Amino acid sequence: MSTQSSDTSTLTDDRTPAPARSQQVRKTKSLGDRTFDLIAASWRPAAVVVGLFIVWWVITTLGWVPAYLIPAPVDVWHTMTSSAGFLWANALVTIYETVAGFIIAAVGGIAIAMWIVYSPNAEKSLYPLLVFAQVIPKVAIAPLFVIWLGFGSAPKVLVAVLVAFFPVVVSTIAGLRSVDPDLLDLASTMGSSQWKTFRKIRFPASLPHVFSGLKVAATLAVIGAVVGEFVGANEGIGYVLLNANGNLNTPMLYAGLVILSAIGIVVFMVIEVAERVFIPWQPSRRVTATAAS
Amino acid sequence: MTSATAIRAGDSETRMVQGDAIRLDDVNFLFTTKRASVEAVRDFSLRVEPGQFVCLVGPSGCGKSTVLKSVGGLIKPTSGTVTVSGTRVVGPRTDIGYVFQKAALLDWRGVKDNILLQAEMRGMARADASRKADALIEMVGLKGFEKSLPHELSGGMQQRVSLCRALLHEPPVLLMDEPFGALDALSRERMNVELHRVWRETGTSVLLVTHSISEAVYLGERVVVMSSRPGTVIADIDVPLPRDRDYIATMGAPEFQATTARVRSLLTE
Ligand SMILES: Nc1ncnc2c1ncn2[C@@H]1O[C@H](COP(=O)(O)OP(=O)(O)OP(=O)(O)O)[C@@H](O)[C@H]1O
Ligand SMILES: [Mg+2]
Repeated sequence: MSTQSSDTSTLTDDRTPAPARSQQVRKTKSLGDRTFDLIAASWRPAAVVVGLFIVWWVITTLGWVPAYLIPAPVDVWHTMTSSAGFLWANALVTIYETVAGFIIAAVGGIAIAMWIVYSPNAEKSLYPLLVFAQVIPKVAIAPLFVIWLGFGSAPKVLVAVLVAFFPVVVSTIAGLRSVDPDLLDLASTMGSSQWKTFRKIRFPASLPHVFSGLKVAATLAVIGAVVGEFVGANEGIGYVLLNANGNLNTPMLYAGLVILSAIGIVVFMVIEVAERVFIPWQPSRRVTATAAS
Repeated sequence: MTSATAIRAGDSETRMVQGDAIRLDDVNFLFTTKRASVEAVRDFSLRVEPGQFVCLVGPSGCGKSTVLKSVGGLIKPTSGTVTVSGTRVVGPRTDIGYVFQKAALLDWRGVKDNILLQAEMRGMARADASRKADALIEMVGLKGFEKSLPHELSGGMQQRVSLCRALLHEPPVLLMDEPFGALDALSRERMNVELHRVWRETGTSVLLVTHSISEAVYLGERVVVMSSRPGTVIADIDVPLPRDRDYIATMGAPEFQATTARVRSLLTE
């Protein structure tokens, strides 16, 4: 690994014929190396998770804490397998609400950010409104959505959208404004239209920021969906949690939490992968790649 | 004012019939910010003939970048007129090539695609632009790196890409703002030699801003010296060197040394 990264940096020798060297640069991206990167990057968190599991297991088997407060891992696992169909059906509901909320927040957030960046009037009128929508506690207005929209998935999606929306807007605005002013000057000496400048320079340049906003938004969307379910639902993981809590069914409560975390992690990882696909040039990733080796 | 200025002024007067490539008349810049108002440039006048290579030197903050940007139509002077190729500058000019101090490349595009941005924005014919880009890449010695991303290139290589991009549409006027300021001494010398060759081959008019006196004298047919803020022309020096200049020989030439000494004394006054 280290030899490769140093090879990339020694490309400074200007006159050397390229082919041999660019081969080496390509090699950095081979599948084997990527797998190695992944392992190198994930063994530490994996170790932490395993460690926590051991602590959990030790605490419950030694009987330090009563099982109705913290159930044994085996009990949770048992609940998950015996109620797999029930949990899966409810997980699907929450996943649907999360994904729908996230997509609406992402598309709408990016669109509004563009509007704000390109129109000073939009900034003055919309931005305060957005901040206002952000500071209202979503838990407090979620019951209102249930009154408006009923017990279906609509109010949950709406809460997810509202929670996930703001980080997308803020990060996209930051991204669109972070563009090197020289590049914008350059575009105008090329006779570029606003739209071409946006498409070929501004938007791609903003992608690293946009993606960091999307990652935050994705995890928040899960929370939003569950908050929506807490307020009024008869399906979804939030409903399962509330029910299990009422029945003091702690193994089920834990099973719900595990599934919720899994949903959050998967959604986050999907966006990480998308980020790697869409912005392979991102500097921060290059740094982590060398740091991991 | 030096006698060179006087002679030059007379010269330009006769050549005005053909039109100057660049012409600034009594350009003033007054920047007003919330805290203060800064007179950056005062009564700046300059003429660059077609095909001429003029270097602009001056202390930091004297308004060199400001003047150059006004020629490109990127900012509007408070007063005075700017003309490029015989037409008044009223907005961003598209009949120029602009090279910035930083290479200003798109991180996500390879070398060739970065150069071709120029063609895409202008709607130039694709095949033709591609051929021209290949020729430019070859000329600046980047063959084999066509697909390399900017972060895989050295600073000097990046700046060459930026130069190719500025030349792709064969602009009659090339504006360069400390294009090699970020390079180490050796790459800088190499780039100077290359740029000079490019200029001889293309015959484009060049206005180049630099901090390096030797760079200015090696590259320029004329060196224009600016005063500290508010920036104005304090000397316009003809460089008594042949058009074909070998780098090493030039460095040792007494004319070169006399001229650099003169510019240096003007700058340290
Ligand atoms: N947009 C602006 N607003 C306010 N003041 C400005 C602005 N642009 C430039 N100035 C002022 O004008 C003066 C000239 O700036 P300019 O960038 O042209 O200098 P320069 O000669 O290119 O300097 P350097 O050699 O350091 O690049 C500076 O003192 C700067 O403070
Ligand atoms: Mg400058």
